[in-house]
Amino acid sequence: MKKILCLLLAMTMTFGCLTACGSKDTSEPATDGAATGGDTADTGSSETIEGAFKLGAVGPLTGDAAIYGQAVVNGAQIAVDEINASDSTVKFELNKQDDEADGEKSKNAYNNLMDWGMQILVGPTTSGAATAVAAQVYTDRTFMITPSGSSTDVIDGKDNVFQVCFTDPNQGTGAADYIAENMPDSKIAIIYRNDDAYSQGIRDTFVEEAEAKGLEVVTEGTFTADTATDFTVQLTDAQSKGADLLFLPIYYQPASIILNQANAMGYAPTFFGVDGMDGILTLENFDTSLAEGVMLLTPFSADATDDLTKNFVAKYQEAYGEVPNQFAADAYDAVYIVKAAIEAAGCTADMSTTDICEALVAAMPTLTYNGLTGQNMTWQATGEVSKAPMAVVIKDGVYTLPN
Amino acid sequence: MKINLRNKRTRTDFLTYAGVIIAFVVMTILQKEGAISRSLSGQLVPICAYVTMAISLNLTVGILGELSLGHAGFMSVGAFSGIIAAMSLQSAIPSDGVRLAVAMVLGAFFAAIAGFLVGTPVLRLRGDYLAIVTLAFGEIIKELVNCLLVGYDENGLHMMFNLNGQKTVADLGLTENGIEIIKGAQGATSTTTISTFTAGFILVMVTLIVVLNLIRSRSGRAIMALRDNRIAAESVGINITKYKLMAFVTSAALAGASGALYGLNMASLQATKFNFNTSILVLVFVVLGGLGNIWGSIIAATLLTVLPEMLRSFAEFRMLVYAIVLILVMLATNNPTFKLFFERIRTRFFKKPAKEVRGK
Repeated sequence: MKKILCLLLAMTMTFGCLTACGSKDTSEPATDGAATGGDTADTGSSETIEGAFKLGAVGPLTGDAAIYGQAVVNGAQIAVDEINASDSTVKFELNKQDDEADGEKSKNAYNNLMDWGMQILVGPTTSGAATAVAAQVYTDRTFMITPSGSSTDVIDGKDNVFQVCFTDPNQGTGAADYIAENMPDSKIAIIYRNDDAYSQGIRDTFVEEAEAKGLEVVTEGTFTADTATDFTVQLTDAQSKGADLLFLPIYYQPASIILNQANAMGYAPTFFGVDGMDGILTLENFDTSLAEGVMLLTPFSADATDDLTKNFVAKYQEAYGEVPNQFAADAYDAVYIVKAAIEAAGCTADMSTTDICEALVAAMPTLTYNGLTGQNMTWQATGEVSKAPMAVVIKDGVYTLPN
Repeated sequence: MKINLRNKRTRTDFLTYAGVIIAFVVMTILQKEGAISRSLSGQLVPICAYVTMAISLNLTVGILGELSLGHAGFMSVGAFSGIIAAMSLQSAIPSDGVRLAVAMVLGAFFAAIAGFLVGTPVLRLRGDYLAIVTLAFGEIIKELVNCLLVGYDENGLHMMFNLNGQKTVADLGLTENGIEIIKGAQGATSTTTISTFTAGFILVMVTLIVVLNLIRSRSGRAIMALRDNRIAAESVGINITKYKLMAFVTSAALAGASGALYGLNMASLQATKFNFNTSILVLVFVVLGGLGNIWGSIIAATLLTVLPEMLRSFAEFRMLVYAIVLILVMLATNNPTFKLFFERIRTRFFKKPAKEVRGK
């Protein structure tokens, strides 16, 4: 028994060594490694389509931010399936890769996709990773549209990188403007994560705009990834300073803890989040009744009544068994935006990645697109999208428009 | 200088150098020919950085015998000081290569200072205090960089600590031509990437030369004597703190240089990258390669950096497979039957050297 086990272990290791060395020294790892990656990663559209554009999606499919990456690839997959099933001349082939929301891994994922022959990149999902990849994409001249990389650094100085989501400054100012308009007398407390680019970025612009609009920020509490488990100090501080509006430019996991703890200590201000709060209703083991009355700024509401949203939500629920969040909608839009740009530029799938990039860069500022996440979306040559932010309130476990 | 290749240790050292050089030459040729995938060629610089990290940590853990759990902290110090140097010297030193070299030297310098500050009080103690303190150090560095705002304009370098979380880069008062280098939690997001594989290779070679020569020197023997028996070493008059610090600071400096290489390879880098997990990752390289075994560290760092990418075909189960492979490798390399199997192969194929060693 022991001998067999030893032999098995030895074989596993030898095999591991062989495969490892194999791709290091052999001359054609590009084709075999990437091909297997493409085949197994795509469960939805693994069949190769003649004359299809090769689309790559990158996002954290594992790790802390996995819910975003999953939503992005799922949303993109639905759009690709729809387009391929339609009579459109533009067809897509989608390859999804995991980056664990890490810049280094994201670059690896991008390189892996380039080996596969990717022509257009939809991703990466998170800001830090998107910034790292954007620099590479800029030198390589690959067209990139990120569904949710919201930092301005992503697009800064790169003409071939475009965003579907708002930039962080837009969210910060948007939130401050909304509060100034609808709740001008509120005493605002902010709790944000100061080791996170996204959170800090929104907080900075929010405070700036709040000052300009004469809003009163009574206190600010910070936390980091390591201290995101207990918020009693920050909450007690906000409560004692008499804050009646709590601005939370953070992701939904810490937000869920904040809601829980605030509830436990009987503190009930108005909670106001941004797009990172999106996803809180699908969080496992979270009592959604705690999220009642939470306001958030999001471009997408799953229970909007227009046909486009209804259709998307139905398809998403059927395929993945949950209500899609804003990230899925952003990715869905991203694929359709790419399609619209390809049609406007008249690209064909046999063009090189660089040629497609130049053509699409020229076409993007001329587009006007109506999608899930906004009407009349247009792009500046810088890559920034212009669309109107929308505030929603969680009522009975769904997003509704505030009245 | 007479090199005695009959000496087994000297031979191993030279084989290590030769292996690295051959790997570099082969990879460069393949890259020129366009024969390696982008996926692999994109990882060459990180591999060099991780190899340097592994070798330098091996100096602390394997040779000195002290556990360090904050090696990524030194990498972080090196990375961010390297980025600041490279970004602010852009106009002063137009050549990318020279600027990278300066950045790496500065990164090494600042990491060495950090290593000295951490090491001086702690290395005087007995017990596992270094592990605890380096663990804390790694976290402290992460938090400090999160508060750091750095910009550069024609008036020089602007630096600010955002301690209460209320300041932004706008408070630095940069002029219009100024560049924002580090933006607190957002990290360094506009770095010009100047790292190259050649630079990485040179760094690995320098690291090897420094570490191997240190180990084989009088000081190195003193360090190893400390590891093996502290009381005996003390009784023959070895200055314990001096030699411990020597090894630890060298290790920190090399980690700093590796950090600068790594940082200047990424357009966007956050302090959270250099967290506890990264320290442990490097420690895994060292343990898997064998404590005190330099070439083992090189191979382990390379394989374990490439492995997750090779496992991409497993899609979501990638990291699960990675963990299983890691466990199997750990078990296999410690298995007596397996060792015997290797030994048999060696005696069969390399009968002569084996006999020679036995004859001595």
